[in-house]
Amino acid sequence: MAKELETELRLGLPGGGTEKNEKKRVFSEISEDDENGKVSNNNNEKKMQSKSQVVGWPPVCSYRKKNSFNDSKASKMYVKVSMDGAPFLRKIDLAMHKGYSDLAAALEKMFGEALRDADNCEFVPIYEDKDGDWMLAGDVPWEMFIESCKRLRVMKRADAQGFGVLRSRETLNATSKNE
Amino acid sequence: MAYSFPDEVLEHVFSFIQTDKDRNTVSMVCKSWYEIERWCRRKIFVGNCYAVSPRMVIRRFPEVRSIELKGKPHFADFNLVPDGWGGYVLPWIAAMAGAYPWLEEIRLKRMVVTDESLELIAKSFKNFKVLVLSSCEGFSTDGLAAIAAGCKFLWWLFSDFGWLLPGKCGLLYALYVDSFLLIMLYRVNDDHVLQTFVYLGLEGIIFQAGAEDSDVFFFLTLIWNLRELDLRESEVDDLSGHWISHFPETYTSLVSLNISCLGSDEVSFSALERLVGRCPNLTTLRLNRAVPLDKIANILRRAPQLVEFGTGTYAAELRPDVFSNLAGAFSSCKELKSLSGFWDAVPAYLPAIYPVCSKLTSLNLSYATIQSPDLIKLVSHCPNLQRLLVLDYIEDSGLEALASSCKDLRELRVFPSDPFGAEPNASLTEQGLVAVSLGCPKLQSVLYFCHQMTNAALITIAQNRPNLTRFRLCIIVPRTPDYLTLEPLDVGFGAIVEHCKNLKRLSLSGLLTDRVFEYIGTYAKRLEMLSVAFAGDSDLGLHHVLSGCESLRKLEIRDCPFGDKALLANAAKLETMRSLWMSSCSVSYGACKLLGQKMPRLNVEVIDERGPPDSRPESCPVEKLYIYRSVAGPRFDMPPFVWMMDDEESALRLS
Repeated sequence: MAKELETELRLGLPGGGTEKNEKKRVFSEISEDDENGKVSNNNNEKKMQSKSQVVGWPPVCSYRKKNSFNDSKASKMYVKVSMDGAPFLRKIDLAMHKGYSDLAAALEKMFGEALRDADNCEFVPIYEDKDGDWMLAGDVPWEMFIESCKRLRVMKRADAQGFGVLRSRETLNATSKNE
Repeated sequence: MAYSFPDEVLEHVFSFIQTDKDRNTVSMVCKSWYEIERWCRRKIFVGNCYAVSPRMVIRRFPEVRSIELKGKPHFADFNLVPDGWGGYVLPWIAAMAGAYPWLEEIRLKRMVVTDESLELIAKSFKNFKVLVLSSCEGFSTDGLAAIAAGCKFLWWLFSDFGWLLPGKCGLLYALYVDSFLLIMLYRVNDDHVLQTFVYLGLEGIIFQAGAEDSDVFFFLTLIWNLRELDLRESEVDDLSGHWISHFPETYTSLVSLNISCLGSDEVSFSALERLVGRCPNLTTLRLNRAVPLDKIANILRRAPQLVEFGTGTYAAELRPDVFSNLAGAFSSCKELKSLSGFWDAVPAYLPAIYPVCSKLTSLNLSYATIQSPDLIKLVSHCPNLQRLLVLDYIEDSGLEALASSCKDLRELRVFPSDPFGAEPNASLTEQGLVAVSLGCPKLQSVLYFCHQMTNAALITIAQNRPNLTRFRLCIIVPRTPDYLTLEPLDVGFGAIVEHCKNLKRLSLSGLLTDRVFEYIGTYAKRLEMLSVAFAGDSDLGLHHVLSGCESLRKLEIRDCPFGDKALLANAAKLETMRSLWMSSCSVSYGACKLLGQKMPRLNVEVIDERGPPDSRPESCPVEKLYIYRSVAGPRFDMPPFVWMMDDEESALRLS
């Protein structure tokens, strides 16, 4: 029980709300929580450079590096993103983001119009993992999240509760995995 | 008594003069030729977008229809130019939107293109035909959707009435009224009076506007007229595959589409098929990796007129029905001359292209991980091959086969399959290149990655192929000597520049002393671009190049012990070149400042991610240096890690 409380507090905003009132933070659940999201550099270029001794040598252009060899699996992690009420499906490259708050910013930018139109209700991002289960985004460390996320869905908070995303249970599982 | 041809005659004569160099020469003959020429120049090439400002270009050339711009320095391809350095195209597009409403072609290389720029292009240029984005970045499939959709509303208010020339005519405004188009045209008559004509027409119909006199002619095309969309090696933020559905159903003018860079994500396939099916003039189609092998046949059958085709992933389980369908589809393409793509190619499916091999002039297998025996079989079917791009899996044996089968070969590029591995991944040595140089008399252009080289091999190549114009050799481990004699490769490269009198482009590698630069300065009189890495001993090397290479336009250097002396001694030379790049060399901050101060027509950029250069001693070498001539003066879109070494005048101006 104590654990659940702990994690519930962690998931919510420390200040408990929208401090920045001018700009409505839609993804309050994940956008403030950076603990899970520390990746020192998200720059794919840098990832590839660390393999070779010297930057930019041999002079194989970055386009060729990304599109051949065995790096293709490291370079892009596109997942589909759907949003309730929006008529279009989008895609996002998870490898390009540093953490949850970065992802939240990208989602806000992507669905900006639709989010603002939808009468002030809050949205939660949920994702389908490798096992086909729908989970709430933000529970697991970022690295683990991008490995297992198959697709994202931006859902109205009200609907999410009914959707059966069993947050507490999943959270407990996640925290026990972390240990 | 001076008499000359009427302007129209000169203009007509000038229309046969196409190259920039010749046009520039024509414009310098006399003032009136300059004037005539600038009004009839239709094509502009700007090799460095910061060398001149959009306003200056527009002022001089008011009637441009085609523009080509290049942004970042070449070494940006190898991640040596930090993100955010510059090369933004938006200011150009914004300026041209107002000045060149009839612009037809935009070609960009290494520039930052945003969705906003693409939207502006789609909105501003009514007769837009060609968009080529080569190694560009900064845009997403949303921007592409705007290009595909084109301009829907032709709201164009002509506001500049200041200059009414008889005969001048144009579109005043146009607007959709239901599915009808209402347009108002204007014309200036001989009395300098503006006349207007109103027409009502159907969307998508070509109008011809006439008035009483037959010599007023106004041709207006309302259909989105895009012919070419080529995204060559650009980095696109792939948000949605549906951008391709934005091409209107009535749109049929596509001639060339290259989306091979669109990564591993699907483009809406049914929309692509429909698009291909309704464009009878489509001659170039390069698909992206996500298009599976079993879809190729359908596409080819819809476009048997294709001349250039790029497959997607060329891998699938071998199934006889799929194979025969594919082979049949290829053989229905009687005009195919160029093939590319072949990601992860499975050898079993290669024979499907045999029906077209005898006509192939260009083959890009540089993403195909197929081994030498299969490559040998393939090239032996292509006697008319002029251009081959391939991985080092081809090995010496494959290159020997190439040398005996492909006597028309002009260009060869061999890429490393494992560039970061310490040991060679394939049995490819200097012998392969020697074989090709011996067997292919028309060979002009070489790009070759390998692990070992000898002076003897280079001398042989030079003697066999004095007609080489581009020679780029990359020996993978820096500073590798001649593996037989353990000597530097100075003499080998020296032979290349001595024998190949028309050499325009050279890239060096291996162990090299100042001597190679002495050879280059002495012999490479037609050399325009030189790339140097991990070479030389002292400033003398750089001095030889700067003082000797008369035609040098672009020089890029990394990790060489070149410092201030040669640079400052040859400062004037830098104004005759497009640009100089030096990174990880020994040029001090003090020298950069001096150069910036004394050479007002050069922009001297210090790129240093360690922080402000004046927080360190003046003698401290800068990380990266980029010098280019410019008539536009310093730029103001620099990121925090770039410092412009101002000349005295502009420093005073700004203070």
